Amino acid sequence: MSARFTAVLVGLAIWSAGNAASKIELEPAGNNIASTASLQNGAKYYVNYCLGCHSAKYVRYNRLAADLQLSEEQLVENLMFTGEQPFDTMEIAMRPEDAIRWFKVAPPDLSLIARSRGTDYLYTYLRSFYAAPERPMGVDNLVLPGTSMPHVLWELQGIQVPIYADDPDHPDHKIFSGFEIVRPGTLSPGDYDRVVRDIVNFLDYIGEPMQREREALGIRVIAFLFVFLVVAFLLKKEIWKDVK
Amino acid sequence: MASTEADVFDRLGRRLGALGAWIDARFPMTKLIKEHATEYYASKNFNIWYAFGVLATVVLVIQLVTGIFLTMSYKPSAEGAFASVEYIMRDVEWGWLIRYLHSTGASAFFIVIYLHMFRGLMYGSYKKPRELVWLIGMAIYVCLMGEAFFGYLLPWGNMSYWGAQVIVSLFGAVPVVGEGIAEWIRGDFYISDITLNRFFAFHVVAVPLLLVLLVVVHIMALHEVGSNNPDGIEIKEHKDASGKPVDGVAFHPYHTSKDLVIIIVFLIIFAGVVFFAPEMGGYFLEHANFEPANTLATPEHIAPVWYFTPFYAMLRAVPDKLLGVLLMAAAIILPFFLPWLDRCRVKSIRYRSWVYKTALGFFAVSFLALGYLGLQVPTKLYTALSAVFTAIYFAFFILMPFYSSLEKTKPVPNRVSK
Repeated sequence: MSARFTAVLVGLAIWSAGNAASKIELEPAGNNIASTASLQNGAKYYVNYCLGCHSAKYVRYNRLAADLQLSEEQLVENLMFTGEQPFDTMEIAMRPEDAIRWFKVAPPDLSLIARSRGTDYLYTYLRSFYAAPERPMGVDNLVLPGTSMPHVLWELQGIQVPIYADDPDHPDHKIFSGFEIVRPGTLSPGDYDRVVRDIVNFLDYIGEPMQREREALGIRVIAFLFVFLVVAFLLKKEIWKDVK
Repeated sequence: MASTEADVFDRLGRRLGALGAWIDARFPMTKLIKEHATEYYASKNFNIWYAFGVLATVVLVIQLVTGIFLTMSYKPSAEGAFASVEYIMRDVEWGWLIRYLHSTGASAFFIVIYLHMFRGLMYGSYKKPRELVWLIGMAIYVCLMGEAFFGYLLPWGNMSYWGAQVIVSLFGAVPVVGEGIAEWIRGDFYISDITLNRFFAFHVVAVPLLLVLLVVVHIMALHEVGSNNPDGIEIKEHKDASGKPVDGVAFHPYHTSKDLVIIIVFLIIFAGVVFFAPEMGGYFLEHANFEPANTLATPEHIAPVWYFTPFYAMLRAVPDKLLGVLLMAAAIILPFFLPWLDRCRVKSIRYRSWVYKTALGFFAVSFLALGYLGLQVPTKLYTALSAVFTAIYFAFFILMPFYSSLEKTKPVPNRVSK
């Protein structure tokens, strides 16, 4: 056990150091959780492009409709395609054992992905797929090299390749300087970024659905406490006025 | 009209009085209220450092109440634990608030307890006649660490899982029987469903019972000897004709009214975290714990929650695992002996020499630094720094009998200062 314990600690240290080095810089997602329109758009893209493989098994459809200000009709017509009930959660039909056969790993449930990975990670990840013909899916990703995920949004973004520039400090070393679109998609780069931002916004929301109400309630709670504080302070002053 | 109203209240008052007398003949109600509130005298010059005892009690109540409600919806099984926490967060009415109160309460508990203990170090609150108050308090601290450790496994996130795996494997460092002990604690060869179930039992029944009992004993022992104060003077030595300490004021209504103000200020800060930063940047709720326990993949960087990291840094500071575990244990056991390690007669830091002030300053800095280092991915430099701060931590206690007996103290006043 002692050797295993040490191995785990050392392994972790090396692994996390290695990870930090291979990653490209994350770009700020800049999503706005207060924008219902953005969340609705994100939900639309999520059910059309992601939900085939990625469940969001803790998210209930009717809760989604209520929070995103959709009627039950709008919900059923736009976001539910396979005969679920509004009180169902966002499950998928793909069985994990099939997924492992097809992709090598089962696509993770995304209910909490924004909380475990962060929105910047997701935003940069969805914008960093590039053509890599040697990979099984024909693409690789700079944020998560060797990813098993195909570039599901390629029709929208088009196909891009990374551009490397000379590193001024190390002549035999190249550094990543940006992407170049080699085959345009149906969206302009700016529009694609907006779609990704809306998807990330939606993932942020489903990670913690109550976050939109949480801060509003917090302001009221703290306002009450301040009023209570004034009363308590006056009471204290009154009681202590004779203490020398 | 007015006279009838007065009559009603008069009659009500007499009936309540009769009820009180009836109870008092069978249970020491009035006696207890007098002894612990209306006629318990504590120094009138308490400063902010004296708030953390009452705040710890407030947090204990928050944890007990929210804990009961969480237990109503939580499922202590490897299969259902993670999902039940998300069920609480999404489907249970106000579940998210109850859960955030509980998770924030855990960190708040350690913040107030560490400040409460530091107050004891500053004003010599562990010294005669309060040695037992200190010992019981240390027992509460150890229980609290156990409570936090057991509770941290319950969400069954990946950090919960691997954190518990690493901590329990520490017992494996004990020669010969170590592996057996670790297996006995887990009830399995790895952290599993069985482990989760027994940790749940400890977290919701065994340790809370012990904690509440110890807190009651802590307060009883304190009220027997009386509270210390920032001057470190025994206020009982100066009483007026009626036998009331001249520098003391009754706990109720004086200290209670003051504590109420402090409690509200605390709750404002607490609500600030609960409503605006419940994850506290990944320190109160760690990002890796939003992924369910995965027996095959560790989080990128395993670190305990911040309140354990000073000891974790000590563990990592030494290359030998057994030595590291012993060092960790010693770091927690040494403070128990504080009342006998400190040879200085003067209690309060206000009248002690620069020697103790310096020692305490170094101790505080080393504890904070170890806490920071324990959170970081270890590097050569960090490990070396951890070793230095570990040495300072131990030097504070081990050298105390020497430096505290040589101190040139200032004269202690007879009466408390303003």
